[in-house]
Amino acid sequence: MTNLTTREKVERSMKRRRASESRFRAYGVASVVFGLLCLVILFTDILRNGVSAFEQTVMDVSIELDGDYLGIDSQADDSAIKLANFDGLVKRHFDREVQPERRDRRQLFSLISAGASWQLQKMVLEDPSLVGQTVNVALLMDDDVDQWFKHYRGHSAHPVLNETQLGWLNQWADEGRLHTNFNTLFFTNGDSSEPELAGIRGAITGTFLTLMVTFLLSFPIGIAAAIYLEEFAPRNKITEFVEININNLAAVPSITFGLLGLAIFINLFGVARSTPLVGGLVLTLMTLPTIIISSRAAIKAVPPSIREAAYGLGASKMQVVFHHVLPLALPGMLTGTIIGMAQALGETAPLLMIGMIAFVVDVPGFITDPSTVLPVQIYLWSNGSEAAFTERTSGAIIVLLCFLITMNAAAVWLRRKLERRW
Amino acid sequence: MSIIENHTTNGQAFSEAPKLQARNVDVFYGDKQAIYDVSFDIGANEVIALIGPSGCGKSTFLRCLNRMNDTIDICRIEGDILLDEENIYDPKVDVVPLRARVGMVFQKPNPFPKSIYDNIAYGPRIHGLAQSRVELDEIVERSLQRAGLWNEVKDRLHSPGTGLSGGQQQRLCIARTIAVDPEVILMDEPCSALDPIATAKIEELIDELRENYTIAIVTHSMQQAARVSQRTAYFHMGQLIEVNPTDQVFTTPEHSLTEAYITGRFG
Repeated sequence: MTNLTTREKVERSMKRRRASESRFRAYGVASVVFGLLCLVILFTDILRNGVSAFEQTVMDVSIELDGDYLGIDSQADDSAIKLANFDGLVKRHFDREVQPERRDRRQLFSLISAGASWQLQKMVLEDPSLVGQTVNVALLMDDDVDQWFKHYRGHSAHPVLNETQLGWLNQWADEGRLHTNFNTLFFTNGDSSEPELAGIRGAITGTFLTLMVTFLLSFPIGIAAAIYLEEFAPRNKITEFVEININNLAAVPSITFGLLGLAIFINLFGVARSTPLVGGLVLTLMTLPTIIISSRAAIKAVPPSIREAAYGLGASKMQVVFHHVLPLALPGMLTGTIIGMAQALGETAPLLMIGMIAFVVDVPGFITDPSTVLPVQIYLWSNGSEAAFTERTSGAIIVLLCFLITMNAAAVWLRRKLERRW
Repeated sequence: MSIIENHTTNGQAFSEAPKLQARNVDVFYGDKQAIYDVSFDIGANEVIALIGPSGCGKSTFLRCLNRMNDTIDICRIEGDILLDEENIYDPKVDVVPLRARVGMVFQKPNPFPKSIYDNIAYGPRIHGLAQSRVELDEIVERSLQRAGLWNEVKDRLHSPGTGLSGGQQQRLCIARTIAVDPEVILMDEPCSALDPIATAKIEELIDELRENYTIAIVTHSMQQAARVSQRTAYFHMGQLIEVNPTDQVFTTPEHSLTEAYITGRFG
């Protein structure tokens, strides 16, 4: 053993070294595959549950817009139309068509969505001359019918619908009158207690307004803080203390920022709760550390030779920072900001603390209107008892993920575009 | 080796027509002293070479001449440096105009990540040297011509300066320095990152620039010092050992340390 030459010793150790290298590679591949697999499972599950939320069951009906029953004529003005009993008209139509036994009438009417009468009302509001005519319309059906038609058709029993109802439904389905349409209401309505009428427009608008407030506050404040700390602040104990605290803030659980917002913005300053304004303020607190830290890293990464060159030419500190450091650091700063905003987009916990979990039907028009945001809307729907809300939960998740992917793609694109300058 | 006690600089440290005068300059980095009591003159329109082994303080000293060391927090300077009889470390002196008068070329070419034109135009722009676009164009052309780069880049003034070769980049940096019309140009090993051909061009350029500017050049190449400079200053362990006409330093050095260095016994 001791007579081995150096070369033989090296050869021996090679085997061990190669083995450990390939082992390490295998670990790496395994973890990447595991990660990808989880992602695929997550996406398939969400897509499987959520895609059907983008379709809604409707029923083709020829209905007479009976002016006598509604108490309006083709010259009626909007206020009269709004008072007319379209709900009764829909019920009368189905009553006459199906002619159920008296005790089954309620069960028949429960198959049709409350949205059906609004559909008719909207049609007449747009064109009052339709009064008195018979119109073909695809009436919105109740969420139970929707779920049955999409998922349970062909099953003999249903947890909610009884045999009489299933009889009618099967008949309509066989006649081809039941079908699914693209669910526009999902994108044009605010929240509702009726799943077939519930949409994400309110949540999307709320999210947009909230993120706008967050961006307008956190971007300038974050960049200014980063530039000051990196370029102008004297190196002393106070600066060090501030830096340590900023780094700590980045790790604070987000719900704490919600409590802070509740105590300061709502209780102390009296900002209205449940609004994009207070939501944006809270999310600003949350995203600021992220933006400051990434911006400082971007500033640090600017080569010192560029600064020296500018100083050597007689540029003042401001000129060095704004003419040379900032343009070079900007791609990194923007990436950090967009990552911070994407974080804010998906944040739920702090917003629960400031009342953005309220049931808000109206689409907010301004940052001081009560509103909710997408992740909170998802949380709210996930608690809904109707099966149709489960579907909408996944549907809203798909929309949220689309937003996230778009934002991250924008970050990548922006970075490339700004860096390509040379 | 340690510093020499009670040392006085050998040779002809002072000039009859001084542009820059250093008097009893000490430089400290924190507690560590980097320069010990350096006094000498840099004459108008001369090229002076600062030579010495690594870590001898020649670059540190060079950076004191346009107060580039101000950007280093722990750096502290004592003594006086006079530019045209005026102390540049006087509290009333603003570094911005000072650096416009005393320009600097660095070891590694460091063009801005901008176009060739914008690289040259940056200095004149921030100092407001050109009243019009035409005037600025003239400054850019003149500076590039003086730096011997005009013919190579005149057709691509708006392409990135970082796309040039190393030697061209360094001449671009020299042109950028000339563009603000300084009185003194400091060069910190300007050829150390360049090949011999690019080096030869820069050396030729230095010789031409001497007509209009006072130049202090730090170099590790004794041949370069011999080729471009009129006087040579030898630094050792933060002390200025000897200042003499270049011919003399390289043929009959006064001090034994200078002789040891130029004959290659250390450094």
